[in-house]
Amino acid sequence: MQRLFQFHGGVQLKEHKRDATAQPVQAARLPRQLVLPLQQHIGTPAEAIVAVGDKVRKGQLIAKPVGVISAPVHASSSGTVVAIAKHAVSHPSHLSAPCIIIDTDGEERWTEDRQPVADYHQLPPEAIRARIRDAGIVGMGGAGFPAHVKLDPSQHAVDTLILNGAECEPYITCDEMLLREHALEVIVGLRIMRYALQARRCIIGIENNKKAAFLALREQVRNTGADFIDVVQVPTVYPTGGEKQLIQVLTGMEVPSGGLPLDIGVVCHNVGTAYAVYRAIEFGEPLISRYVTVAGSVAKARNLDVLIGTPVIDLIEECGGNRNTLSRVILGGPMMGVALHDVTVPVTKTTNCILAFAKTGDVPLASKGSQPMPCIRCGNCAEACPVDLLPQQLYWYARAKDFDKIQDYHLFDCIECGCCDYVCPSQIPLVHYFRYAKTEIWAQQHEKALANIARERHQFREQRLEREKLEKQQRHQQKRAALDAQKGDAGSSADAAKKAAIQAAMERAKNKREANTIQPRNIDNLTPDQQRKIDEANARRKALEARADVGAAQDSEQ
Amino acid sequence: MNLDTPSSPHIHSGVRINSMMLRVCLALVPAIIAYTWFFGWGLCINILLAVATALCAEALMLRIRQRPIAPFLTDGSALVTGLLLAFCIPPFAPWWITVMGAAFAIIVAKQLYGGLGYNPFNPAMVGYVMLLISFPLEMTQWVPPNIVNQLEIGFIDTLNIIFTGNFPYQLSIDALTMATPLDTIKTELGLNVTVTEIIRGNAIFGDFGGVGWEWVGNWVLLGGIWLIYKHIISWHIPVALLGSLVIISFFFFMLDPDAYPSPMFHLFSGATLLAAFFIATDPVSASTTPRGRIYYGIGIGVLIYVIRTWGGYPDGVAFAVLLMNMAAPTIDYYTQPRVYGHPKAHHTIHPSRRDDGDKP
Ligand code: SF4
Ligand code: SF4
Repeated sequence: MQRLFQFHGGVQLKEHKRDATAQPVQAARLPRQLVLPLQQHIGTPAEAIVAVGDKVRKGQLIAKPVGVISAPVHASSSGTVVAIAKHAVSHPSHLSAPCIIIDTDGEERWTEDRQPVADYHQLPPEAIRARIRDAGIVGMGGAGFPAHVKLDPSQHAVDTLILNGAECEPYITCDEMLLREHALEVIVGLRIMRYALQARRCIIGIENNKKAAFLALREQVRNTGADFIDVVQVPTVYPTGGEKQLIQVLTGMEVPSGGLPLDIGVVCHNVGTAYAVYRAIEFGEPLISRYVTVAGSVAKARNLDVLIGTPVIDLIEECGGNRNTLSRVILGGPMMGVALHDVTVPVTKTTNCILAFAKTGDVPLASKGSQPMPCIRCGNCAEACPVDLLPQQLYWYARAKDFDKIQDYHLFDCIECGCCDYVCPSQIPLVHYFRYAKTEIWAQQHEKALANIARERHQFREQRLEREKLEKQQRHQQKRAALDAQKGDAGSSADAAKKAAIQAAMERAKNKREANTIQPRNIDNLTPDQQRKIDEANARRKALEARADVGAAQDSEQ
Repeated sequence: MNLDTPSSPHIHSGVRINSMMLRVCLALVPAIIAYTWFFGWGLCINILLAVATALCAEALMLRIRQRPIAPFLTDGSALVTGLLLAFCIPPFAPWWITVMGAAFAIIVAKQLYGGLGYNPFNPAMVGYVMLLISFPLEMTQWVPPNIVNQLEIGFIDTLNIIFTGNFPYQLSIDALTMATPLDTIKTELGLNVTVTEIIRGNAIFGDFGGVGWEWVGNWVLLGGIWLIYKHIISWHIPVALLGSLVIISFFFFMLDPDAYPSPMFHLFSGATLLAAFFIATDPVSASTTPRGRIYYGIGIGVLIYVIRTWGGYPDGVAFAVLLMNMAAPTIDYYTQPRVYGHPKAHHTIHPSRRDDGDKP
């Protein structure tokens, strides 16, 4: 029997999971148009390899990955590329992002180059990973980290591969339905992943409110005789489905702050990812569809098998929602989901749930009071925090804009789960403040980097002037020396000394710059958009530094 | 189409400040009934006076400070302050005592510090201590339970006493009032009488505390347990406070039962239980980390014992609470929990909690 552990805090939420699990999963209607963002994962966006006007087939590669942490994009149905342009996507900042837009032709013609693997044991783990990468599989639990990277043990020995079936947010049931209907396939996927990782054992963690899914899994494990797989029920507490929390519940170990599960010999994948891996290896199918829960104030809450790129509004209407009465549409669950500004946003590889709420909805959201009250220091937030932070202190320093202290209180360990917010009797939008503080800190660090570059340029200039003065003097001296000692030939050693001095000065400045680069503290577990922001900021800084170097070099050449 | 785009989370537990405060008041109702049963109508009249004054003072100050009045007046915090203060004022104290205390508590101890959430001290206790220091005579005229002095003072008579100072049946305040059990113990121990003799020789002592007092205590205890059960307060402070008081009083009791009253007596006399569940647990002025709350509770328990036994006042609850209020920021600073994934908690922060930020 697997021993269970407990994480600190957490909250009990009303589940709202009945409606959508009443009927089996159905394929969603083929949309007229598919919108496929080039970035549906954490990392570098993919690069389009089709052009407007191209005919594409279902499963055809249309954008190739760039760099290691990236994932390709495939056409989810056959049709014609009509645009490669910016389109509204799910992003808190309401920014648009480059997408490939395909008009479907309704024929669903598959591409020819599907390559099933008859026996994956014949291939080395690297080849399996390459296939998973080529299939465009990313973490389907929400984070969207490219799966092949997380299936690479690199230097580590992987002890435990955890499959996350603890779908802890209210309303969401797509993983549960997947397990009920495809338990065997998920287990095969898990075995392939275990092989790729060379992991010792596997644990499937599943919340104890999903009895049917649990029984189906256990049965399949027994049938397949895979005694290295434990199917374990975990208590239904939000946020058990968080990667770090699930690892803690199942193993009692904590992922070190700023580290990865791999550091403690654990890798955690979502059940949907395992299913996608199964399809990729067994049928050579890329990731072009996924299960999505549609719930809220729609007439028929249900789970659909949705082609990636389908606009959200199509699915809402298919489930009996009405676009004219919508007041809030959330992508994801009510605790961590993003409220959409535009209903034409497409479903991506990481979309697990669409919550549509009407103005006069029969499933009202427990909305917040209009005005937050002051913090009364009741400590409810600290009691609920699964990371054991003190949200009331974080809030205090966020309001005071004291960004040093807020980092001392481990702001960057906050997983933005929303538990604190949920229980706060003063209805303070705590998570909002934490996001704001994180963004501010990133912005400040970016500015500091810019200031450093400016300062260095200034220093280079000073040095150059100084050096020129020195050189002038030396020239004078040399001349005099030459005049003085025309018979002897002394001279070239001074030149070398000068060069060395310049070299040393440049060296010093470089070291200083490196020492001055600020390392943001504990920025693990970021949401994709945060990661993106950091990456962008880093890229900008790099570019600026490069420019500064060139500038400095030019300066010193003059 | 206009869609709301608030940031997550999109749901809330529904527990608000006012519902918490109302439950605190509700938890006190059985104790109020018991108190009225044993000691007459004085408490009820005091509660009305204190709550009305507290609300008026709150409204007035919010207005002067140009803060929205409605949300703060209905948050229930002034209600709780008035209620707790009334509990600490003798039942026949003249009306202006109660009014002054409540007004002082709200205006000085709460609003001048920035209102809800910003007061470093428990307002009710500040009000009480101000009264105790300024009007020691009026504040120590406690009445014995009805059973002891065989006098039933009716509602009208009580009103009369409180508002006009006229006593029925040609009685005087001296005839009506009497030392409390804690007082009695303190004075007589000073005269070298043993605890057993004191308790046996005085009708005001009941089975484990004072007559009447012990029953009020029971109901306070029940109300408090209900609050813990309902997650309105956490168990840390009450358990730590009562636990430390019991342990320390037990130690001295075992040392010399003649000179030190038993732990039961300490629990069920004076304001111990009220302090444990209703006063020390005031979130704003208490420690807020789980471990910090335990130290905070222990501190109050120990201080109550020390002040009662060796200090100049018979009951030390108010002073103990205020002293620990002062220590709360420091306690919080040294009791931060270890954050997930960190080897240990560390304190790189200055213990300044209320000295910066955005005071209104
Ligand atoms: S839950 Fe809200 S009111 Fe209570 S301490 Fe936390 S932030 Fe303050
Ligand atoms: S959002 Fe952050 S601070 Fe709040 S409970 Fe979750 S982890 Fe803790």
